Amino acid sequence: MDHLDQLEAQSVFILREAYRKLKPLAMLWSLGKDSNVMVWLARKAFMGRVPFPVMHVDTEKKFPEMYAFRDEYTKKWNLDLLLGYCPPVEEMDPTLPPAARSAARKTAGLASMIENHKLQGVIAGIRRDEQGTRAKERVFSPRGASHKWDIRNQPPEFWDQYATPHEEGMHIRVHPLLAWREIDIWRYVERENIPLVDLYFAKNGKRYRSLGDSDITFPVESNASTVAEVIAELETTKTSERAGRAMDHESEDAFERLRVAGYL
Amino acid sequence: MSDTLSASRLDAADREALLDTATPIVIVGHVDHGKSTLIGRLLYDTDNLQDGKVQQIIESSKKRGLAVEWSFLLDSLQIERDQGVTVDSTRIPFRLGNRQFVIVDAPGHRQFLRNMITGAADAEAAVLVVDANEGAQEQTRRHAMLLRLIGIRHIIVLLNKADLLGFDEQKIRAVEQSVTDLLAQLELKPSLFVPASARDGDNIASRSEKSPWYKGPILTEALAAVPSGNTRAALPFRMPVQDVYRYDDVRYVAGRIERGVIREGDTVEIGTQGSKARVAKVARWNAVDSNEAVAGESIALVLEPDVIPARGDMLFLPHQAPEKTARIRAHLFWLRQEPLRVGESFRLRLSTAEHQVTVASIDSVLRLDDLTEQQAEEVGPEGFAHVTLVAGEAIQFDPFSPGTSDGRGVLVDRNQRIVGGAPLLGPADLKDGHAIHPSAGEVDSAQRARSKGHKARVMWLTGLSGAGKSTIARLAEKKLFARGTDAFVLDGDTLRMGLCSDLGFTEADRHENVRRAAEVASILTQAGQVVIVALISPLVADRALARKIVGEAFDEVFVDTSLATCEQRDSKGLYKAARDGKIENFTGISAPYEAPTKADLHIRADGATAEQNADALVTHILSVI
Repeated sequence: MDHLDQLEAQSVFILREAYRKLKPLAMLWSLGKDSNVMVWLARKAFMGRVPFPVMHVDTEKKFPEMYAFRDEYTKKWNLDLLLGYCPPVEEMDPTLPPAARSAARKTAGLASMIENHKLQGVIAGIRRDEQGTRAKERVFSPRGASHKWDIRNQPPEFWDQYATPHEEGMHIRVHPLLAWREIDIWRYVERENIPLVDLYFAKNGKRYRSLGDSDITFPVESNASTVAEVIAELETTKTSERAGRAMDHESEDAFERLRVAGYL
Repeated sequence: MSDTLSASRLDAADREALLDTATPIVIVGHVDHGKSTLIGRLLYDTDNLQDGKVQQIIESSKKRGLAVEWSFLLDSLQIERDQGVTVDSTRIPFRLGNRQFVIVDAPGHRQFLRNMITGAADAEAAVLVVDANEGAQEQTRRHAMLLRLIGIRHIIVLLNKADLLGFDEQKIRAVEQSVTDLLAQLELKPSLFVPASARDGDNIASRSEKSPWYKGPILTEALAAVPSGNTRAALPFRMPVQDVYRYDDVRYVAGRIERGVIREGDTVEIGTQGSKARVAKVARWNAVDSNEAVAGESIALVLEPDVIPARGDMLFLPHQAPEKTARIRAHLFWLRQEPLRVGESFRLRLSTAEHQVTVASIDSVLRLDDLTEQQAEEVGPEGFAHVTLVAGEAIQFDPFSPGTSDGRGVLVDRNQRIVGGAPLLGPADLKDGHAIHPSAGEVDSAQRARSKGHKARVMWLTGLSGAGKSTIARLAEKKLFARGTDAFVLDGDTLRMGLCSDLGFTEADRHENVRRAAEVASILTQAGQVVIVALISPLVADRALARKIVGEAFDEVFVDTSLATCEQRDSKGLYKAARDGKIENFTGISAPYEAPTKADLHIRADGATAEQNADALVTHILSVI
């Protein structure tokens, strides 16, 4: 087994644990590269099916290409798609910096989806290498009734034994991609031939490395227009993946505050 | 460096290596001995930091009036940066030449032991950081003990802050000797000592001029020499069943192969029940078709005949069975803040299996000040001990062995919280004073039956809530009593008032509820009684357990009332509450009811009166006692 085989096997194991232990369960599908890989891994785990709904928490500010992609692959992959919408930015914590405040809408949208569907498990495609606070995450990360992440009191997690809900109203965030790196995602996309939104590929010397809302996500300079070229680029770059995400750079703890409150 | 991404090609060997599996390395040691600084330095000196990161660290350091604080790289939380401690473990990918590693940073603070285990449990090797000036401290001992318990054999000791001793060879050799002695007490032999200064980068990624006497490998060379993970493919085949799916009329037995190889056509034995089946297909989706699968792969097997294994059943090859015992010796690292005492019960999670176990004895507890094993009544918070666990049924396992997933037991309490790690060492001998020896009675069951005029028997009534189980049971009890038969009813609500008042309605708690009811019924049969148990007991597996506990004198009685009738009656108002979402896990509504397929007595209750149903039960009882 090579590195990708091993990552795949572990993610499949995690998804099967989540499906067995958390009901009802749903998977977040942000339409980005990581969440497409995640949907793909679910199909690996369940012999070509995704036996739980996928959720898109829609800020209504995504790129048009992303909406088109969503419609196409919901059908092609036979997905049970749940849509959720986000409250307006005026209702968000005014002490947050502007981009983070905009991102907080998504937290609120997600929270209401979790409540509406009474979810016990939410599968999310975060990776440890994206951001420092994500590196501190568990594979099964318990969230209290208020959806808050209690960083200082995370349960032990070892030998593939994961936490399950043990209090009324709590749910578990499941992170099957935690051990993957950005380049693993791309190599897997290449190996499995997983479709992605075109915005990841360079046009006129620019491409998106990470996709979020269209108003707070910016392209990087690049000429990589195919999966193979993106991989070659990532093998040598030292620029961080989220360099194009405004909210990560506004203040030192902006991202941590978002995550503690339930953001991804 | 600019934000422009430039594409240049790696050579073929590099590219090959990047596809190799990453080796996890855990960094442990006493608080303030320099773990985080070491990691920051290592990543920086080996060119493993992204541009933005360095800038971020410089800013965060400046903000707090510090020189460049490398630990901020990992201590990404506010509290960590403000208080200068690592709260939780982090994993950072790291490349050295043509090899991939994952660095695991584990907090040194005593109260964060569980976070350290979370990070360290799957590491291939450890760097034990010891302040050369201070020598081994409490956390050094604690962490070293943990390395032993989780089975990390390759240990590099980094004698950090050697600059404080002026890199004096004699002084450093003396520290080295004391750490060697300490580790020897734990049966650990470090593979190497590296005198270093993480802050200044001496002997980390480049050889220091300050220690010309040191000829051994520097840290990066030592890491490159760490053996990569053992192959588990050569060991006897093991696949614990994770789940069973049925898609398009095909049943898939899903799981991850923990050891060995499986091929289509192999015959596997399934769990303790000993049934066998042939592997008809190794199933994968969107993968190169292959008729075999090896350790590490998550696959699905199609079996012939189409048996239905349960989650937790171990699949193995018939002539290569694992150990099987109900009494197990185990190491223990105890994570709960309250002490552990003999007699406490837990769920033992072992791979995908769960077993109810009780701590039969605490055989010794490790004293961390002098690393001796002592007799003790309890295991304190975050303590280490040898214990004996006893289960209600035989458990199949392979004794714990470093580098494999064997025998990695985890203890879970009633609230589903992980409270300890328990590497299973092997079957426990029955020692005097510790063994449970049920004394044989002087009156046997035949004598009791003669005296009472009838045999003992358990009637296990299963059915939906509101099916009429308790009503039928009570009526039958009355009728039997009237004709001199010693009958007694155990019903669900009565049990939950007292004996089972600590249990809720999760699957695990319901399982425990059934187990206790069966144990009480079993005792009552030994007293010669006819016991009528009225319990929803919705799962086939739980009723099978009850039958196992009671033994031959067990009859399953299906009180078969349609959901519609039960819901219409709704004598306790439970269905309405469940429909309104006020009750979770309610059988028939939000939790499954698995009807018996071959009950010993099938009472079709819908069209009949309670009286008629009770008569049917009484007739059946009289025919078997």
